[in-house]
Amino acid sequence: MHVKLSINGEAHEADVEPRLLLVHLLREVLRLTGTHIGCDTSHCGACTILMDGRPVKSCTIFAVQAQGRELMTVEGLEQNGKLHPLQEGFMAEHGLQCGYCTPGMLMTSFAFLKKNPKPSEDDIRWAISGNLCRCTGYVNIVKSVQHAATKIAAGGA
Amino acid sequence: MELKTTPEVGGMGHSIKRKEDPRFIRGKGTYVDDVQLPGMLYLDIVRSPHAHAKIVKIDSTKAMAVKGVLAVITGKDLEKYNLHWMPTLMSDTQMVLPVEKVMYQAQEVAAVLATTRYAAADGAAAVEVQYDPLPVVVDPRKALEPGAPVLRTDKKDKKDNHIWHWEWGDKGATDRAFGEAAVTVKEDIYLPRIHVASIETCGCIAHFDKIDGKLTVWMTTQAPHAIRTVFALVAGHVGLEEHKIRIISPDIGGGFGGKVPVYPGYVIAVAASVLTGKPVKWIEDRMENLQADSFARDYHITAELAAKKDGTLTALRIKTLADHGYTDAAANPSKFPAGLFHVCTGSYDLKAAHVEVDGAYTNKPPGGIAYRCSFRVTEAVHTIERMVDLMAHQLNIDPAEFRMKNFIKPEQFPYKSALGWEYDSGNYGGALKKAMDMIGYADLRREQAEKRKRGQLMGIGISSFTEIVGAGPSKHFDILGLKMFDSCEIRVHPTGKAIARFGTKSQGQGHETTYAQILAEELGIPAKDIQVEEGDTDTAPYGLGTYASRSTPVAGAAAAVAARKVRDKARKIAAYLLEAAEDDLVWEPGKFSVKGAPNKSKTIQDIAFAAYTNHPQGMEAGLEAVSYYDPPNLTYPFGSYICVVDVDSGTGEVKVRRFVAIDDCGNIINPMIVQGQVHGGLTMGLAPALFEEISYDEIGNIRGGSFIDYLLPTAVETPKWETGHTVTPSPHHPLGAKGVGESATVGAPAAIANAVVDALWHLGVRHIDIPITPAKVWKLLRQNGVTE
Repeated sequence: MHVKLSINGEAHEADVEPRLLLVHLLREVLRLTGTHIGCDTSHCGACTILMDGRPVKSCTIFAVQAQGRELMTVEGLEQNGKLHPLQEGFMAEHGLQCGYCTPGMLMTSFAFLKKNPKPSEDDIRWAISGNLCRCTGYVNIVKSVQHAATKIAAGGA
Repeated sequence: MELKTTPEVGGMGHSIKRKEDPRFIRGKGTYVDDVQLPGMLYLDIVRSPHAHAKIVKIDSTKAMAVKGVLAVITGKDLEKYNLHWMPTLMSDTQMVLPVEKVMYQAQEVAAVLATTRYAAADGAAAVEVQYDPLPVVVDPRKALEPGAPVLRTDKKDKKDNHIWHWEWGDKGATDRAFGEAAVTVKEDIYLPRIHVASIETCGCIAHFDKIDGKLTVWMTTQAPHAIRTVFALVAGHVGLEEHKIRIISPDIGGGFGGKVPVYPGYVIAVAASVLTGKPVKWIEDRMENLQADSFARDYHITAELAAKKDGTLTALRIKTLADHGYTDAAANPSKFPAGLFHVCTGSYDLKAAHVEVDGAYTNKPPGGIAYRCSFRVTEAVHTIERMVDLMAHQLNIDPAEFRMKNFIKPEQFPYKSALGWEYDSGNYGGALKKAMDMIGYADLRREQAEKRKRGQLMGIGISSFTEIVGAGPSKHFDILGLKMFDSCEIRVHPTGKAIARFGTKSQGQGHETTYAQILAEELGIPAKDIQVEEGDTDTAPYGLGTYASRSTPVAGAAAAVAARKVRDKARKIAAYLLEAAEDDLVWEPGKFSVKGAPNKSKTIQDIAFAAYTNHPQGMEAGLEAVSYYDPPNLTYPFGSYICVVDVDSGTGEVKVRRFVAIDDCGNIINPMIVQGQVHGGLTMGLAPALFEEISYDEIGNIRGGSFIDYLLPTAVETPKWETGHTVTPSPHHPLGAKGVGESATVGAPAAIANAVVDALWHLGVRHIDIPITPAKVWKLLRQNGVTE
């Protein structure tokens, strides 16, 4: 099947098997390897991307379901050489260690801060509860998201 | 040993930002599955639905008819090359692919090679295997009963399922101490099977180049050099020699011990690449990872502790049954079959101790890898911390006061434990006092007493653990005879920048940053000017890898020693340039100056340039050094954790309200990274304490084989950790550092378990095995008369 979609503002098209998972289209066909696979069953969230602005787990979506949609992946966060405040926040607050869950955490947090720009700590914890991290214990991820929220509120992005 | 600290160059003791992060926050890391080579083939694995069964027939006809499938590989194919079995680190053997029978559910049965990932999966689903089920043994106690089916029929003389018996300590003295004791406590403690479940699973790409005969393997491994040597030893007979093997361990998405072993999938991928001459990728999925990769723990422990009437502890006696699954494939490089379990006297000045452990085979996957700890240290710490708490409660002495009374005192270090370990340094009372102050211990006890009057269940638990890390001194450790040194090689370039390579491999610990900080402090070259590389056996010096918190204790020490060698040569060059005697030069980070004439100086950058352009006659050019550091002793990090829990008497749910962790890992290289390690370690302590367990039904079906029922803590269950530290440097480490990656995982479960038992003690509850699930607590509450 032929699929046309937009990723990080760029138009892409590909011929795919109907059963090809979206995450495999991104990673193996289009070579956008920032989106990771951690469980194949939508529990870990490492594959989280945005579809029309909503976070989705790309390991449980077929590529053909993304026909005509606008996708955003971790590679789309940096704009014109400027890091997104979330990326700065994760570096400043030591919100990552092995880096494997990080792209999914960033994308979930990106969509979350759009909806809830002034979150409480509890709000953030619930928002990222579909993304597992085995390294950080989440404390610094929460701080990273708070860091970004403050920066965005101050006009950082 | 005081910490040297030079902030101007990003030296030790500073929270400089990580060098790794710019690539990771952009999604530009390179993990194994990100590597894609031209013409690459894919491997998928057929796994057994049975826990114990004879293989009657493997029919590949339908699989071979799937478009894109090139081959179905079975044990019989590997048998031709004598690669169907492989040795384990514990001198046991493990199947790569079975010829006769399978020994656990999800064991590899055959592998399918295909042109795409999807075709390989289709092929695997189409392989038809006929099994003849055999009796299953999942309980190690039943495995050792007379008449139990003998599982390892491949071992000709094996007449039972007993692997080994090991004992340590003075039995006579221990038995005498128990005979004389005024008070004794005894408890059965089970530490169940758990799985590290790093978010990245395991996998590899094997690429054998038929023309130059070289094998390159990109691989999720924590120990690339050791893997290279193992491959050469195991497959030398089929032409894989060590100079023709290159192991590349790229960015690793978490390891925690699970990426130390050689799994069958790696070996099959290598064999498939050698046969086809094409790159072969094998990436396991999450269920394969949870069901078939090596497990941690599975220790059935019976412990006894003896004390005098006044509460002075005297002796410890432990008997343990270790369930190793169908083979002893423990990732244990120590000379002891139960690893470092005999550090079980913990932080206490016990005069006698005796430990016995028996290993047993069962129809489960190989166990005995670590779960973010040095070889069986969590098992040891959990046992002693539970037993000390039990004794304190039994004697009706406050558990904090009881620990203070029985701690090894600061003036007793270096301290020789009753089981023979030489603890390097410690101040256990100092850490506990700090934790008590931070959490407000006395107030919490008052609150608990008031709540108890109102029927509310609140508990306070302490764990004052001693870790043992940094494997290790060659008298106690080796891997196939390889001594457990680690290495650093530094090259300073003419323009004063440097590259340093190590035998370890970070899986998230931030080595690129912390090693650069050590070198910056030692050489005065800014950390930003030092490139750190690991994980490529063609370029890095030989080392034994990263696990057991050994990177800072061993490779960190190698960094310091190598840097000091560079500095020694730099001093000679500086003396030549300044026309001064070497002894008349004073070093401060970044430059040598002449004693009494501080403006007569040469920077390390000046000296580096001269090393290639203007060095003294008779001296070789260049400014570089390598160190292979064999540690004289292990290091003994420690800490005191205090946990407050509230137990819901209706549902049995345990909520961790507060958790204060005071760690002492000696001198600290990067406080931000150390705190991050503690946060992560605490969460991997919380996980098995409350949530994680992999169990089996009586016919060997796995329970907990996916993230649906193997419960990793999310941000919601994880408390807001409160951390702090004391600093007691290691006297034998060149930087006074000790290692910290695993302390919290080792120390935290006992604090949580102790808190829950503390909450329920007055009801008659004496012990709960982890994970402390709502169902277990609910049942105990009902059994002990709590009705709502």
